[in-house]
Amino acid sequence: MNRIPLIELKKGESAIIVSHHGGRVFERRMSSLGLRPHAVIKKISSQLFHGPVTIKVGNSQVALGHGMARRIYVERISNE
Amino acid sequence: MNKILLIGNPNVGKSVIFSRLTGVNVIASNYPGTTVGFTKGILRHAGKRIEIIDVPGTYTLDPTSRAEEVAVQMLDDIKDDEQTAIVNVIDATNLERNLHLTLQLIHRKIPMVIVLNFWDECKHTGVSINVEKLQQELDVPIFTTCGITGEGIKHLVDSLEQAKVSSLKFKDENIWNEIGHIIDNTQHLSHRHHTLWERIGDASINPIAGLPIAVVILGFSFFIIRLIGESIISYIMEPLFNNLWTPVLMKLSALLGGSGFFHDILLGKLVNGTIAYVESLGLLSTGLFVPLGMVLPYIISFYFVLSFVEDSGYLPRLGILIDKFMHKLGIHGLAIIPMLLGVGCNVPGALATRVLETRRERFIAATLMAIAIPCMAQIAMIFGLVGSYGVGAIFIVFGTLFIVWIVLGLILNTFMKGESPEIFVEIPPYRFPYIPGLFKKVWMRVLWFIKEAVPFVIVGVLVVNILYFSGIIQFIGNLAAPIVKGIFGLPKGAVGALIIGFLRKDVAVGMLIPLGLSKSQMIVSSVVLTMYFPCIATFAVLLKELGIKDMLKSAGIMMLSTIIVGGILNLIL
Repeated sequence: MNRIPLIELKKGESAIIVSHHGGRVFERRMSSLGLRPHAVIKKISSQLFHGPVTIKVGNSQVALGHGMARRIYVERISNE
Repeated sequence: MNKILLIGNPNVGKSVIFSRLTGVNVIASNYPGTTVGFTKGILRHAGKRIEIIDVPGTYTLDPTSRAEEVAVQMLDDIKDDEQTAIVNVIDATNLERNLHLTLQLIHRKIPMVIVLNFWDECKHTGVSINVEKLQQELDVPIFTTCGITGEGIKHLVDSLEQAKVSSLKFKDENIWNEIGHIIDNTQHLSHRHHTLWERIGDASINPIAGLPIAVVILGFSFFIIRLIGESIISYIMEPLFNNLWTPVLMKLSALLGGSGFFHDILLGKLVNGTIAYVESLGLLSTGLFVPLGMVLPYIISFYFVLSFVEDSGYLPRLGILIDKFMHKLGIHGLAIIPMLLGVGCNVPGALATRVLETRRERFIAATLMAIAIPCMAQIAMIFGLVGSYGVGAIFIVFGTLFIVWIVLGLILNTFMKGESPEIFVEIPPYRFPYIPGLFKKVWMRVLWFIKEAVPFVIVGVLVVNILYFSGIIQFIGNLAAPIVKGIFGLPKGAVGALIIGFLRKDVAVGMLIPLGLSKSQMIVSSVVLTMYFPCIATFAVLLKELGIKDMLKSAGIMMLSTIIVGGILNLIL
């Protein structure tokens, strides 16, 4: 499967979170808002010039900085 | 049991439930982090008195912000207290994420009950939860509520005694597996179409469409604030004061002989044989007219609009749109919330800086707010007084402050050590504000203003009189003349306004009127009054939030930049 950083996901695409690359504290912090491995997410928007990325996870929306989104790896879910 | 902690994720409706339980009114809004300190109240039920504490929201017991530290500290404090129970409030539409905190709480072995709030919203968000099964899995009593309408609250109150320590066992590192297992057994999600609110939600954080939407929303908000404020002033407050209060004061004036010490303290000096509400500077004339006739109308209109925008859920989205820009100033997008609250009054604005994660960010946000954001009381006076010199003058005043806000942010961000963390925030769903709740919130804030501000204004006016009578103002005026006259180009009398500005900035702006300032002097003095130092109420809060060392640093920055900006304005205008 093709792992990509969350920032490379396109608007409207869904994916599964595979791993975090930022240490345990980072992983815990992401997880506390539901961005944990195996979670299904959908990208809603990203702001210009490396601004924050907004994703849907579960029933809520979360915005995270570009640097954080670069350290989260996901696998695209193909839309069949 | 005599104490209950209301604990849960941010923005799950704890504060609304708290109000329902205790009758104590607290501010609730539709964004995470409204409650940054804790509020206590008393629930009286079946002859018992139970203390209820509204704990700031937290996603986890490994704290990442100041507000979360407060929450965890409170839990630590009750560790050995057997008389305390927890009510864990959960957003039912977001069960999975909320359970993370719930399971962490279960590990603390404190008796608890769970409240599934927003239960009514589950239906149209396609979430169905088997409450009985969930209760078996978690082994604590669970109740469903709708905080806004109060549904389910009575049942909760009747059943608080059932709070128990869960027997659920799991290892910390398996917490997400455990949650996954619970969710699989108790929750069913059904597919549904996008609602209109969600479509609007997506558009307002679209990088291209979002900005014009923000401009329209902010412009419209400003227009409404002005419209409501000016309408209350011209159709209610001015007629009331001119037609009803002036005759009373004139009778009193005649009674007191038209002048003299008591006459001047109570009514002030007559201008052209009658009361001039802004200039007379008496307790019963200016002391009442400034807070009630000029400022209160804007307080009402501002908080009405702000509360509407808050409850709609727009503010965090605005924060995301401007996040990249705010990072240049050393703060992230969510700092827009303390800034906007600061427009109402710098005191709640200073408190709201707690939503920011690091000390550096809190310092920058608090300093920028205190220096460049005039409170609504002062804005109302600037509208009223500088406005008579033309819209251009008002524009220069606020334009200058905006530039100061940006330039000072850029400077602080460059020279202060450390970095600003990235934004990481849950975005609440859009909701149409619950109107009775909205009115209650506006009422609470307005009442707070009347209680806090009116006494200060009256004290301020009294102090002005004493300072003038005793000659102290003239004395300080001579001392400060090199700065006030030499750098700012203002008459010596403006020193009085600067002294009173420490008490109340709205009264201080009013004190400029009798000085007969030119247009450019009026602009310089309005800007200087905003920037030079916070009012005493804000100062007290900042001292507590920043600590004495940082407060001194912040105050130094304020005074230095006031001298520079005031001097430049004086030169170029």
